[in-house]
Amino acid sequence: MAHGLLGKKVGMTQVFDQEGNQVPVTVLEMAPNTVVQVKTAEGKDGYNAVKIGTDAVDPKLLNRPEAGVFHRAGTDALRHVREFRLSDDEVGNYNAGDKLAVDVFTPGQKVDVTGTSKGRGFAGVVKRHGFKGAKEMTHGTHEYKRHAGSIGCSAYPARVIKGKRMAGQMGVDRVTVRGLKVVAVYLEDNLLLVKGAIPGPKNGLVVAQASAKS
Amino acid sequence: MSSISIIENLDSLETRQDIPEFRAGDTLRVHVRIREGEKERVQVFEGTCISRHNNGVRSTFTVRKLSYGVGVERVFPLHSPRLATIEVKDRGRVRRSRLYYLRERIGKAARVRNLRDVHGGGRSRS
Repeated sequence: MAHGLLGKKVGMTQVFDQEGNQVPVTVLEMAPNTVVQVKTAEGKDGYNAVKIGTDAVDPKLLNRPEAGVFHRAGTDALRHVREFRLSDDEVGNYNAGDKLAVDVFTPGQKVDVTGTSKGRGFAGVVKRHGFKGAKEMTHGTHEYKRHAGSIGCSAYPARVIKGKRMAGQMGVDRVTVRGLKVVAVYLEDNLLLVKGAIPGPKNGLVVAQASAKS
Repeated sequence: MSSISIIENLDSLETRQDIPEFRAGDTLRVHVRIREGEKERVQVFEGTCISRHNNGVRSTFTVRKLSYGVGVERVFPLHSPRLATIEVKDRGRVRRSRLYYLRERIGKAARVRNLRDVHGGGRSRS
């Protein structure tokens, strides 16, 4: 249950592995994260966790309660902060002000990466849910190319079932991709190379942590 | 560091420096490392380069040959560590960058003229 790290998505490229296979990788830049607060089960919080953040920001941009967190920790004000639950024996390893680098991950390890997917705006059912659209484009079909078809029955139940897939906002969701393999870790450049794609735009905030299903 | 330069730096680590200059029309001998269980050996694939796809570390090239009367094409990643060496056997004189027209040709018509044999029309290459 060790902590994860916050970073940003740089982009994708490919590397060759030892056998010479091409491996698609996403590059994540994870500048050292700062421990902002440690919560303990014995303390007033009642549970074990570590709060870490990244990306220094002018404290004037924060409101008073937010700024107070960093003032108490004696660290820079940070733009992004996340909390990770810890087990009893791990809490002792963290102190406010500690820097956490990418070397918490090792090549070969599986990680879960959370990001915010790219926004697609108000999308129709074909794009949003993969509906097939109209079966045929001729024989009298009119203005039906990307429509959804029937959305339910008639007199009974006389309403549309909740959760019926329809057009609407697509993207800008919190998405976690599980079980991605760490391909390489570059400690000096704070880079983490992960096999496969990761949700979100370039420069988007991502959170990587050891896979929950390893 | 900007995102683009980070990716470029990573790609430069994967890029091979020992690639000879060649282009479509050239006859190549590509030495490919093949793993069979524990043993590793080198196999040579010889044929005409019919296209090059330039895209940094993802660049590829296509080699076509006739094997027992059947046309065989292989696409190699240019920077793959599986390529032991690329030997340029002959330079060809061609007027386009993708020689896909060779696929429809058989026998003598499927030949590419050698650069050495071309009098007057041959470009000098560095």
